[in-house]
Amino acid sequence: MAHGPQPGLKRWLYTTNHKDIGTLYLWFSFAMFFLGGCMALIIRAELFEPGLQIVQPEFFNQMTTMHGLIMVFGAVMPAFVGLANWMIPMMIGAPDMALPRMNNWSFWILPFGFAMLASTLFMEGGAPNFGWTFYAPLSTEYAPPSVTFFIFSVHILGASSIMGAINIIATILNMRAPGMTLMKMPLFVWTWLITAYLLIAVMPVLAGVVTMMLMDIHFGTSFFSAAGGGDPVLFQHVFWFFGHPEVYIMILPAFGIISAIIPTFARKPLFGYSSMVYATAAIAFLSLIVWAHHMFTVGMPIAGELFFMYATMLISVPTGVKIFNWVSTMFKGSMTFETPMLFAIAFIILFAIGGFSGLMLAIAPADFQYHDTYFVVAHFHYVLVPGAIFSITAGVYYWLPKWTGNMYNETMGKVHFWMAFVGLNLTFFPMHFVGLAGMPRRIPDYALQFADFNQMASMGAFLFGAAQVVFLFNVVRTVMGGKKASEQVWENPQGLEWTVPSPAPYHTFSTPPILR
Amino acid sequence: MLKGFDRLFALLAASLSAQSVLAEEQAVERWGVNMPKGVTEVAQTTYELHMLIFWICVVIGVLVFGVMFYSMWRHRKSKGYKAAQFHESTAVELVWTIIPTVILILMAIPATKTLYDIYDTDKADLDIMITGYQWKWKYDYIGSDISFFSNLSTPRTQINNQQPKNPNYLLEVDEPLVVPIKKKIRFLITANDVIHAWWVPDLAVKKDAIPGFINESWTRIEEPGIYRGQCAELCGKDHGFMPIVVKAVPQNEYKAWLDGRVASAVKMRELTGKTFTFDELFVQGEKVYTSMCAACHQPNGKGVPGVFPAIAGSKIATGPLNTHLDMVIDGSQVNPAMQAFGEQLSEVDIAAVITYQRNAFGNEMGDTVQPVDILNFKNKQ
Repeated sequence: MAHGPQPGLKRWLYTTNHKDIGTLYLWFSFAMFFLGGCMALIIRAELFEPGLQIVQPEFFNQMTTMHGLIMVFGAVMPAFVGLANWMIPMMIGAPDMALPRMNNWSFWILPFGFAMLASTLFMEGGAPNFGWTFYAPLSTEYAPPSVTFFIFSVHILGASSIMGAINIIATILNMRAPGMTLMKMPLFVWTWLITAYLLIAVMPVLAGVVTMMLMDIHFGTSFFSAAGGGDPVLFQHVFWFFGHPEVYIMILPAFGIISAIIPTFARKPLFGYSSMVYATAAIAFLSLIVWAHHMFTVGMPIAGELFFMYATMLISVPTGVKIFNWVSTMFKGSMTFETPMLFAIAFIILFAIGGFSGLMLAIAPADFQYHDTYFVVAHFHYVLVPGAIFSITAGVYYWLPKWTGNMYNETMGKVHFWMAFVGLNLTFFPMHFVGLAGMPRRIPDYALQFADFNQMASMGAFLFGAAQVVFLFNVVRTVMGGKKASEQVWENPQGLEWTVPSPAPYHTFSTPPILR
Repeated sequence: MLKGFDRLFALLAASLSAQSVLAEEQAVERWGVNMPKGVTEVAQTTYELHMLIFWICVVIGVLVFGVMFYSMWRHRKSKGYKAAQFHESTAVELVWTIIPTVILILMAIPATKTLYDIYDTDKADLDIMITGYQWKWKYDYIGSDISFFSNLSTPRTQINNQQPKNPNYLLEVDEPLVVPIKKKIRFLITANDVIHAWWVPDLAVKKDAIPGFINESWTRIEEPGIYRGQCAELCGKDHGFMPIVVKAVPQNEYKAWLDGRVASAVKMRELTGKTFTFDELFVQGEKVYTSMCAACHQPNGKGVPGVFPAIAGSKIATGPLNTHLDMVIDGSQVNPAMQAFGEQLSEVDIAAVITYQRNAFGNEMGDTVQPVDILNFKNKQ
């Protein structure tokens, strides 16, 4: 049994194989995506028309909180770690991850963390109801008793992320095949290397801030309580020092995926490889010094406002470089539009729209009008849904034949794409309008003038949800069987992963490959 | 379909109602897609800034997406297009780094200027302290005795869809903030419990109300009118139900309002000495309960299990009077959600609501509490 998987359930419990762990991460994230999605649908159902119909405000707040937490920590992050596990060793010609036992552990603590988080829904007083940003003192003195479980659950998720990040850095820096210099690495590997450093920089800060909350709640400290000499704004500074890099943690690996897909289907090399690497590094650096743009209305001194405004505006430069590079790669290519390419193109367009609204939000005086409205909700869903979710989806369609050895159903893939694309825009585009017209976010009921656009958004959300069922069906069908995929799968794709058979054998690159 | 009828109904009801001050107001503007232009100079500058950045983004978007769609249409394999193999150009990379940087600098200049305007809170004609509470606003006119709470006035029955909704559904209050036009008003913004944010889009004022901090903001309203806003920071269960209404009036009307306020304060003080009948107290108590207590303890007094305790059959409402007085006047020692209402309500209202709580929802204490009892209780402390 030295060279194959263990039989039965043990295979998954004891596995130290990067492909098995990648699969576990991906299925776990898929499950969480559906759970978080159902919560979003409850929110959208309640907001279908003015008045309270389906849920009460307390439960509504629990849904917005849990939807955010589950999507960020349960769906997006584990999906990227899953893709990293599957692809990084194959892309750099390594036999496995550098720290396989820790790899097993960093996955297996996740289900327990999320079981704990989800169990709060059934506790007296309900689940956390203070938003995924859990601002103190709403999340401390005024929180339901389940907040303690939330804190421990965040600790567990943080530990898992940090271990995952250490493993990825150790793998990339130590296990590249001879001749695979840093500047020859695929961009997905580069973006993950930078993301992993961001994770190590900020996850401990998140752990710190929830620990301070724990101390305030149970041990009589007053970090965030003004009455005890503490400072509620301190909470926001510490939280967003984690929170802003966190949004780049959820987008940088996506840049890597798109940079792999566009050249394949344009049949043309990526326009500017090195500038893409530098742009990623620049974005990561800037992400660490812009956190207070989430706090323009807390009453910072004007010098602070100006610094964070200018720094935030600067992010659009390296982000623009990325968009321009992808478009230049497509220009004068020879394009075909298979499902991964469709999702990748939608990524570029919609992520750019999210980037534009991001630039608008960076302008501090205008932000006073946008802040905490549906305009912000529209903005971050435009960067996260097409950004993170579409890129993960594109990546899954792109590499699924390599993982399973079978081609997915192209028609069903296209149906999935168009339903998701229309659903997404129908859901989130009208949110720009209601936000500008004055609808605050996180409210269970709203004034009459917002009714029509909210109705549109709710219908779009259900369409988007239905699209994901098509996706699930397509993936399951592909895993079960289908047209056999060739070693290359696509027409002349670049990268070591396409040099191994499809499906990729349990162990790949036991001896390092020879690089051209 | 049903909703369409509801809305028609609401509009009809509003236009027929003669007493309603708000009746002549325009029907709600549907399909609103943009930021309001506003009624202050700052709001208008902000609007212009918003439109400027918007159009810059549109132009960039049209150019980038234009190139993209062109090549998606022309450079496809199905049309037999052969891929070029060019890549890497430092010159091109420099161009698309430098041009956006220049555009950003051009955007930053007006933004910085506007920000300096917004931060200039000096030389105000009038100071108003705004305090956020779960889930209402308190306005103190600094330098006068005027101080009051502003609560949502939309009835629960409309929220629960048992009645057609008013045109200003969820954007109406019992006591609006009244301010004079063409005066520089400085807002001092803070909170009593959790973080709230005071936001009126037409004034382009949004500032967080943070316990332990006093934030400053200002406005100078040019046109008389009623301007509506909402709390913009998640502050718990009824975050969506704490609107803001600002009524801007000409100077003479403002003066008259001030005088009326002072007179009614005097009347209220006289009432404190009066002895009321049980029925008078019970009726007033129900009103106070609905606006101040029902959000948590629920209109039926049953509370929300595990979150908000019940009044019906509770140890406090059916126990010794002093404990009940202490809870309402000073708030709970253990649960911060139960605020100290001693400073929020008049003696008459406290007496009424306590009488109500002890005799409603199946509680049958049979006792009456008079405003004087409240005064005595407060003085003893």
